[in-house]
Amino acid sequence: MGIRLYDERPEALLEAMLLIRAYEEKAAALQAESGTPGTCTAVGQEAAAVGVVAALGADELILTNHRSAGHLLARGADPGRLLAEVMGRRGGYCKGKSGSLHVSARELGVVLTSTIVGGELALATGVALAQKQLRRPGAVVCFFGDGAACEGRFHESLNLAALWGLPVLYVCENNEWQAFVHRRETMLAEGIAGWAGNYGIDHATVDGNDVEQVRAVATAALESVRGRGRPFLLEARTYRLRGHFEPDDQAYVDADELAAWRARDPLPRMEARLLASGRCDAAAITAMKAAVAAQVAAAHAFAIDSPYPALEELTTDVYA
Amino acid sequence: MARITVQEAIEQALAEEMSLDANVLLMGEGVATKRPGLVQAFGGERVRNTPLAEGIIAGTAAGAAAMGLRPVIDLLFAPFLCYAMDELVNSAGKLRYLSGGQFEFPLVALAMTGAGWGVGAQHNHNVEAWFAHAPGLKLVMPSTVADFKGLLKSAIRDPNPVLFFVDIALAYAAGEVPEGEVLVPIGRAATRREGEDLTLISYAKTVDACLRAAETLAGEGISAEVIDLRSIKPLDEAAILASVRKTGRAIVVHEASRTCGVGAEVAALVAEHAFDALKAPVLRLTGPDAPTPASYPLEQAFVPQAEAVVAAARRLVR
Ligand SMILES: Cc1ncc(C[n+]2csc(CCOP(=O)(O)OP(=O)(O)O)c2C)c(N)n1
Repeated sequence: MGIRLYDERPEALLEAMLLIRAYEEKAAALQAESGTPGTCTAVGQEAAAVGVVAALGADELILTNHRSAGHLLARGADPGRLLAEVMGRRGGYCKGKSGSLHVSARELGVVLTSTIVGGELALATGVALAQKQLRRPGAVVCFFGDGAACEGRFHESLNLAALWGLPVLYVCENNEWQAFVHRRETMLAEGIAGWAGNYGIDHATVDGNDVEQVRAVATAALESVRGRGRPFLLEARTYRLRGHFEPDDQAYVDADELAAWRARDPLPRMEARLLASGRCDAAAITAMKAAVAAQVAAAHAFAIDSPYPALEELTTDVYA
Repeated sequence: MARITVQEAIEQALAEEMSLDANVLLMGEGVATKRPGLVQAFGGERVRNTPLAEGIIAGTAAGAAAMGLRPVIDLLFAPFLCYAMDELVNSAGKLRYLSGGQFEFPLVALAMTGAGWGVGAQHNHNVEAWFAHAPGLKLVMPSTVADFKGLLKSAIRDPNPVLFFVDIALAYAAGEVPEGEVLVPIGRAATRREGEDLTLISYAKTVDACLRAAETLAGEGISAEVIDLRSIKPLDEAAILASVRKTGRAIVVHEASRTCGVGAEVAALVAEHAFDALKAPVLRLTGPDAPTPASYPLEQAFVPQAEAVVAAARRLVR
């Protein structure tokens, strides 16, 4: 499996979102049932991941964070190798040395995943500097959360990227939560996008639960990044429907807020739109769901079949 | 052999490596202002002034290194590495391993360290042991002008992140540098003086204190061997052990504070692997567990001096 490129078909967007949802629900279930290491899921945020990734060309590079499964799967990651990585198996993208939190897959252009919140923002300027200085095509897309945006590195990164004219598309997935703290407890502003203006960076806010809208805005933003060689900040307003890290009973979450966002779940929304437009019928959607379920089952089989790394691997890959 | 200063040796190493490899670039607060010769030779793209933000400088270097550039960053004074520590330790040092070997981080971080300028503890702190404890990093701390040049060239070519500490007191010292290509390998100590009765193990400016102590001791009939570690990580364990096996006695001398310092590592190494050869306990002469004062006499008292090395050696040998 290599980099997945998207054509105009909206069905492909739904299919990618369904795969991510099925994969993450499986990862959460495995944690609950069999003590597989926990993961940070992004259930409810699939439209932001798929919408942005669907706008990318083959040359684009992605930096992401602890909540990365959606970005990786949207980019074409093999769910089996991803799950194997989460389970610490040799067949994982990083030979089992990353686990769920720092998965990178160079072959997919998913580079330098940082689980130090804000680390990805610091690295993104360097990745973009290399793209620019080595005259390589392709913008750098950096996914991060509203929590990271409250850190100094976010501001340092935007300032430097603007100053040096670096090709970075900053994508803030504002999911209202910063681990166990609500965004409103840590920032006065209602949104992040406006902060970019102070650095001379173009910005936009998008309904992060509408995959087609995200793709449209991300496509325009990327054209601006590539064409002008300047950074752009895209804020996707979305919501983390599951807990921070499995297991998490979400006892701290306001039930009304959660219910309101459940009603805006991006998957049923896209499904209804496709049905209403006549592009898909119910049977086609059922078939899609069956296909992703089979893919996830196969992924699980691959992951549990994959052996643990040999103990000699403990000290390999430290130095080049 | 040409006689140049440490600053000139650093600039020569940078210029030579930048001409050899178009991917080498220099970034930092004022590097383009302070090294106009490099800007003229290599252009503003490859010699970049940065904002005053050590974290983003180091993060940018790590990201750029992972994608094929070879950045050298000048972080000025070692205490400022606190701002860059996350990027150096958690990103550059760990992401090769965590990614299962998918990325390399060929970057060099320069920083000045050590007493001598009376600038006080927020500009003067010997932090080498903090980074020696972090996996994936290398770190060097030369004492001679030739080593400054040769080690910096090796550091730039190394595919791993290398921290390069410049002892402030040595920054304008002059010394001989051989003509032509000088490459000093990282991880190899230098024997600065041969001796039979005890080994003085040190690095950076306190190597000179050890050499002066050895001179005095020679006058008293005590023959001291002086080892300059040059590289803190990797440490030249073989050189340390061979010398201690020969002399049976060792004193480790450094300016950084004692607790969990490089001296503790060397002493433990000797105890583990050359205990049978020891005729006396390994001693440590270090700076105190205190911030560095600015006041000149206090700052001098912070640094182990030759007289203290002589006194310790006498105790050890008698
Ligand atoms: C520097 C740092 N501090 C704290 C943490 C612990 N932590 C992990 S995820 C997280 C929340 C991050 O919130 P946000 O950036 O909004 O991203 P989200 O998890 O919502 O996607 C925290 C605090 C961390 N990993 N790194």
